[in-house]
Amino acid sequence: MTDQELKEIMKPENIVYKKSGLLRDNIMHYCPGCSHGVTHKLIAEVIEELGIKEQTIGISPVGCSVFAYNYIDVDWQEAAHGRAPALATAVKRLLPDKYVFTYQGDGDLASIGAAEILHACNRGENIVCIFVNNAIYGMTGGQMAPTTLVGMKTATTPYGRNVDRNGYPMKITELIAQLPGTCYVTRQSVETPAAVRKTKQAIKKAFLNQKEKKGTSFIEVVSTCNSGWKIDPIKANKWMQDHLFKFYPLGDLKDSVKDDPESYKQYIE
Amino acid sequence: MGELRLMKGNEVIAEAAIRAGVDGYFGYPITPQSEVMETLMIRKPWEETGMVVLQAESEVASINMVYGGASCGKKVMTSSSSPGYSLMQEGISYLAGAELPCVVVNVSRGGPGLGTIQPSQADYLQVTKGGGHGDYHVIALAPNSVQEMNDFVALAFDLAFKYRIPAVILSDGAIGQMMEKVELSDFVPRRTEEQIRKECGDWCTLGSNRHNVVTSLELDSTIMEERNVKLLKKYEEISKNEVRYEEYMTEDAEYLFVAFGSCSRICKKSIEMAREKGIKVGLFRPITLFPFPTQQLKVLGQKMKGIMSVEMNVGQMVDDVRLAVECKVPVEFKGRYGGIIPSPDEVLQALEEKLVRK
Ligand SMILES: Cc1ncc(C[n+]2csc(CCOP(=O)(O)OP(=O)(O)O)c2C)c(N)n1
Ligand code: SF4
Ligand SMILES: [Mg+2]
Repeated sequence: MTDQELKEIMKPENIVYKKSGLLRDNIMHYCPGCSHGVTHKLIAEVIEELGIKEQTIGISPVGCSVFAYNYIDVDWQEAAHGRAPALATAVKRLLPDKYVFTYQGDGDLASIGAAEILHACNRGENIVCIFVNNAIYGMTGGQMAPTTLVGMKTATTPYGRNVDRNGYPMKITELIAQLPGTCYVTRQSVETPAAVRKTKQAIKKAFLNQKEKKGTSFIEVVSTCNSGWKIDPIKANKWMQDHLFKFYPLGDLKDSVKDDPESYKQYIE
Repeated sequence: MGELRLMKGNEVIAEAAIRAGVDGYFGYPITPQSEVMETLMIRKPWEETGMVVLQAESEVASINMVYGGASCGKKVMTSSSSPGYSLMQEGISYLAGAELPCVVVNVSRGGPGLGTIQPSQADYLQVTKGGGHGDYHVIALAPNSVQEMNDFVALAFDLAFKYRIPAVILSDGAIGQMMEKVELSDFVPRRTEEQIRKECGDWCTLGSNRHNVVTSLELDSTIMEERNVKLLKKYEEISKNEVRYEEYMTEDAEYLFVAFGSCSRICKKSIEMAREKGIKVGLFRPITLFPFPTQQLKVLGQKMKGIMSVEMNVGQMVDDVRLAVECKVPVEFKGRYGGIIPSPDEVLQALEEKLVRK
């Protein structure tokens, strides 16, 4: 293709898609095929479309997405492993008019940080929680996570997860949907264009819930970690669809507002 | 003259926080300091100043809430006692690494383990030598009265913001629980968002177009080493400028007690008794435990016939005393442990046995 032809194609009236202005130019460190990158893109697009860049504070976790702050152009705090919801609680309470979101992996959220996420959701903190569940500890080299399926091989379950030894895989999103402080709990994915669009809608809805002070919005993104699973990206997508989606079915678990405090008064009256 | 009240040390921490224009307090109940949060909840400062007060699910959560608030340039604090302070160590290391200002109050009790709810000074090493992982320090202030519980809240915030460092008020169960007359500080309004942006805008995360990032992470070792050097310089600067201490009856002294917090009050009584017997003893009280008044103690201590470090632990500060006087003067130790407060008599007796009659 000649330069002239390229210029022709790139004329503004021909643009059908462009990178979000909120995505910085840093080269992403994620493995090719990893779901983190797409999820970042969606968050950036939503913040940009809502026009809330200068009112948004993100909290990044410890995990492969620790460097989320290098990619999305808002103010960020980098939390200790599992503690992002505690940071977000304080930020939102001290800055109630700002938008606050957390971004966590499954080890970060469902294992070491289980207490913080459950209590933040139970208090109904008015924040958005993004939960990237790839059923493994990506960053530390592919060890078992609380979400690892039974039989799944990881660095610390080399013969497959065994319930007697390792306990059951945890459906923490189902637990969170039970908590009265949550208003919107959904499970999505990003492996097809249709799924990407749905997840983006979910993220946008979550930020709008925050604007309307509806309670905690929680979005699980069932994800691939092809490096941790030790298969190529295409097979990883297929494996996720065939296995993870069966145990972690996609769709909304809750879509309302947090419980009315008045309804809790009857018990001591 | 400020407002005079008769109050418990723990209650005063709460009152002083409201009056210092603190933006947020995050805590978890533990004896002997639960009155801090209880007093705040009774006072309802959210109606008065807009201060946020939140009971967290654990000390792990409360210190990380402090991290979140401090990252926004807000004046935030927590309080706890020894087991809770242990749980906060990872968070404090992160706060130190990310150079965040905050105040942590430790009304310490006896350990190890669940230990006792009685007063103790057994967290001296944990507070002054790090406690969490990595090369860092926190500023440590040791009040010995309810009045200083009041005064040190505002002072701790001033120092924390001046140097962007966590400041710890290391108190103990005796000072937290005892009632004394106190002159309260005047009210200082909470800073507006505009004021915070002016003061902390180049690093804090209030939402901006600056892409401010608060993190302690740096994978490049050369840059990480530079960060360590920067921290080291900060600690040297603090050691140069912020040493605080008190001398009591030292002009003619031949012997010296070194004691902080509650123990310094006991030593004053022992000094009175000793002087009736003709023993010339004085007191050197470190008020900042980090930075430790090494130089000042060296100058004074080397004039003495002997020094006794008096502590409510098995001997944690005594090594810092020996280092200060470069072992040129005999340094002895008298301690009670496990929540027992030494009596003035037994302190005097120890002085006589270990130093005077030697
Ligand atoms: C206190 C503490 N314990 C352990 C670690 C090591 N660690 C770093 S990331 C991680 C797991 C991350 O897994 P996950 O949250 O699932 O994120 P992913 O990398 O899969 O996206 C662990 C155990 C740490 N940094 N801090
Ligand atoms: S290790 Fe897994 S989670 Fe981490 S970047 Fe690679 S694919 Fe993504
Ligand atoms: Mg994971």
